[in-house]
Amino acid sequence: MAEPPDHNHDHHHPEGAVRLDYYEAMQLAVAELLIEKGIFSADDMRREVEAMQARTPAKGAAVVARAWTDPAFKAALLKNGTAACESLGIEMGPTHLVVVENTPGVHNAVVCTLCSCYPRMLLGPPPDWYKSRPYRSRMVREPRAVLAEFGLRLPDSTVLRVHDSTADMRYLVLPERPAGTTSLSEGALAALVTRDCMIGVAVPKAP
Amino acid sequence: MTAARFTPGMTVRVRRAFQPGHVRTPYYARGKRGVVERLCGIFANPEELAYGRSGEPKLPLYRVRFAQQELWPDYRGTAHDTVDIELYEHWLEPI
Amino acid sequence: MTNEPGRGVHDMGGLPAGPVKPNEHDYAMWERQVDALMVLLINKSRRVITVDELRRGIEGLGAGAYDRLSYYERWIASITQILIEKGVITNDELGRRMEAVKARFEGTT
Repeated sequence: MAEPPDHNHDHHHPEGAVRLDYYEAMQLAVAELLIEKGIFSADDMRREVEAMQARTPAKGAAVVARAWTDPAFKAALLKNGTAACESLGIEMGPTHLVVVENTPGVHNAVVCTLCSCYPRMLLGPPPDWYKSRPYRSRMVREPRAVLAEFGLRLPDSTVLRVHDSTADMRYLVLPERPAGTTSLSEGALAALVTRDCMIGVAVPKAP
Repeated sequence: MTAARFTPGMTVRVRRAFQPGHVRTPYYARGKRGVVERLCGIFANPEELAYGRSGEPKLPLYRVRFAQQELWPDYRGTAHDTVDIELYEHWLEPI
Repeated sequence: MTNEPGRGVHDMGGLPAGPVKPNEHDYAMWERQVDALMVLLINKSRRVITVDELRRGIEGLGAGAYDRLSYYERWIASITQILIEKGVITNDELGRRMEAVKARFEGTT
């Protein structure tokens, strides 16, 4: 098990593999024991896996597109992110959402240096790089260099605000609506909003 | 419930303390000076919750904005760049 | 890596590190199940464990394991340790069940 840091474990077991990974066996054993003890049911577990699969960046993109097209919603979103998302019927669970707005001259980006806090209810589980040692280490110290590695070069005149998600809040970046999109529908606008735009390592582009 | 001691706009310093065990104050922020951006609310104390205790009394949680150049004197971006960090009240001292 | 006393292995903000590799992978079913397990255990109606305990357990894995294990390996290692500490499951029943699970999977029972 001598793997280098940031090694990505894939755990792809081909059909008919005969070896069960140690931690997979632990997961199966713990789940079985908890179900037998009545802590939760197998159905609870299945429903939770399905709910996780249903959480994708499309939810966050829909929130952004609504904010771009409805000024009252945008004001509500910036004031109380959780309540505004719930008003769109999005299940937010225990999440306290803070929405940070990009404006001409201000760019926001999100990191969690201590673990990997992330607005999962709106974006699904985080990508591997968000949880990696390089991103978590460098994003607070040399964020402009990190953004450049993602292909985003900010002019010096732009204020860069990094948000280290250290405690109970979760952060979503509200990107700027690209120029030349006035004729687009809300759905077409949402299609421009990628996950990375809502983390703040990219900006949306007009089609 | 504790009444919040700090208000937005106040300058605060993060306490220097290096105890072992679970804390949510990043190492790089300790001893640094920032400005309270907002009060996030009152939350159970993670340093207690982490050990199976109640997390009471709850603590005010703030977002504190730090100039990058305060955090890293050799910061290579521009002077107006910032990092916002969420910090529980017992880690903050008035200046 | 750092030798600063009082700095946890997980507390890496500002440390030198290489380029960010834009890696991602589709989570495997067992990883989704670890996530589901955690969500169910922290749910307000059960509150068997807290996110803070999960984090404390991960931070306590030690520098070697922290970097060697994948994300959900760290999670299940920590969840399991905390469930044992709390007496929700016993070490003995876990050991026996893991062997039973492996035997079933490998078709030796």
